[in-house]
Amino acid sequence: MTHIAGFGLDICYVVSSVTFIAGLRMMSSPKTARNGNLVAAAGMFLALAATLLLYDDHASRETMKLAVIGGGIALGGAAGWITARSVRMTAMPQLVSLFNGMGGGCAALIGLMEFGHKGNDLAAHSVVAAGMIIGGVSFAGSIIAFLKLSGAMKKPLRFPGYNIVNGVVLAGVFVLAGLAVHASRGSGGPPGYAALAAALAYGVLFVLPIGGADMPVVISLLNSFTGLAVAFSGIAYNNQAMLTGGVLVGAAGTFLTIIMCKAMNRSLVNVVFGAFGATGAAATAGASIKGTVKDISVSDAAVLMNYASKVMIVPGYGLAVAQAQHVVHELETALEAKGVSVRYAIHPVAGRMPGHMNVLLAESNVDYDKLLDMESANPQFATTDVALVVGANDVVNPAARNTASSPIYGMPILDVESARNIIIIKRSMNTGYAGIENELFYNPKASMLFGDAKKVLSGMVAELKKI
Amino acid sequence: MEQLIAFTGSHIQMVYILILSIFLGVVVIGGVPSVLHTPLMSGANAIHGVVIVGAIIVVLKTGPGDYAALCAGFLAVVLGTLNVVGGFAVTDRMLEMFKPKKRRAP
Repeated sequence: MTHIAGFGLDICYVVSSVTFIAGLRMMSSPKTARNGNLVAAAGMFLALAATLLLYDDHASRETMKLAVIGGGIALGGAAGWITARSVRMTAMPQLVSLFNGMGGGCAALIGLMEFGHKGNDLAAHSVVAAGMIIGGVSFAGSIIAFLKLSGAMKKPLRFPGYNIVNGVVLAGVFVLAGLAVHASRGSGGPPGYAALAAALAYGVLFVLPIGGADMPVVISLLNSFTGLAVAFSGIAYNNQAMLTGGVLVGAAGTFLTIIMCKAMNRSLVNVVFGAFGATGAAATAGASIKGTVKDISVSDAAVLMNYASKVMIVPGYGLAVAQAQHVVHELETALEAKGVSVRYAIHPVAGRMPGHMNVLLAESNVDYDKLLDMESANPQFATTDVALVVGANDVVNPAARNTASSPIYGMPILDVESARNIIIIKRSMNTGYAGIENELFYNPKASMLFGDAKKVLSGMVAELKKI
Repeated sequence: MEQLIAFTGSHIQMVYILILSIFLGVVVIGGVPSVLHTPLMSGANAIHGVVIVGAIIVVLKTGPGDYAALCAGFLAVVLGTLNVVGGFAVTDRMLEMFKPKKRRAP
């Protein structure tokens, strides 16, 4: 009987692993993406049910334990489902970050409990420690990322000696983990707790100073961290489903992170060790651009676009904040009705999450043939009559090309300067998330339209209908 | 060192899975259009929720009367389920919006 159960469990894990791989593959193409997600979810359910019913290595199934598991699943499942279904589309980045943190926390807890249960095996305990620490860093980091993205923490926090404190804590994590592994042969206990505490502290420190365009990269990186933590737990439990799932996500997440780093022309090391924070001083130093800023009224802007033959909309985080994704689609429809060709130019790190803008615009039913990525959009700006920048800042800042001292120097940007006219919708002259002045606003071709993006855009739609 | 060799030896299949999965992870999402970056990240996020399996094993393995471990296990199950259910639900919600216009990606 035991053999049959073990065999059944193995088969289920194989099937689950295949669904994870196939699901991820299907999620890489728009046509099959939704089914891919369902396929992976089905595989997850199988792995879960099989473990619950068939796992029998030193396991017992008293009512008490089953109640604990059932209660946990019911509670977590209900909370997860309700949150996921009710949260606004614009709040997606922080939600993904939060769920990621939960996974990390789970891996950390499992590691903590597994300490001392691996006999005299140093290597096995090292694997357990690795899972616990990476999970802990991911948990604490994701929570900070969640707080930052949901606006509870406004500014990137830096303090004098940050790099030293950071280094000390990181070293502490390794030392304590070593001690915990050494001490855990037989017991476990306090050193394990200390190591986990250090990992949590490092997770907080890791994300605290990060701001600007780095946020999407960090979420993606934390995602792959959790994947890695799960993979280590998988080795510790000799569990193939956890191992494949974890490694797959770890690798895919790292790959996605690197794609994003490339888009910003920065190395992963540079992002991880918070060099963005270190150059913070340069940001304020460059804040002395001379020139005048031109205003434009809503009706003038509408007229300008009405007589254009090609309009390029450049959305940014401001679009998400103002919940203006539906209005921008209305504007697009109104313009197209008048024979104006409208496209969207999407910077790879626009918003706070990779593909953030695409998701928002998809929500308002914008045809995704109209969404151009940076490579296809940039050559088109030269033939564009009006570039309409909606709540984007850093991704159109010419300082990335011209000012070597700027923290965003070297990041590829959208070439809005080549357009014949530039209209920038912005709430105020405040600097963007990265805190850097934008000389684009002083460009003679540029006009500023101050106000809430949603209001301004609906004003434009109304004006267009009058013309 | 001896222990490390022994550990690797007894887990050699895991090492294979580890290495092959790394390549697989990169290949599988290679060529993903930027439209799908967010849902893909979110979907991957849900998949690492497989850690729930570990949480269940932890609870099943707790010794009799070990209430501290049961509590921690309960918490781990809650967190893991949040990751799985929330992750898949949110991904589905995002991908739902891609449905009306099934055309090629830009």
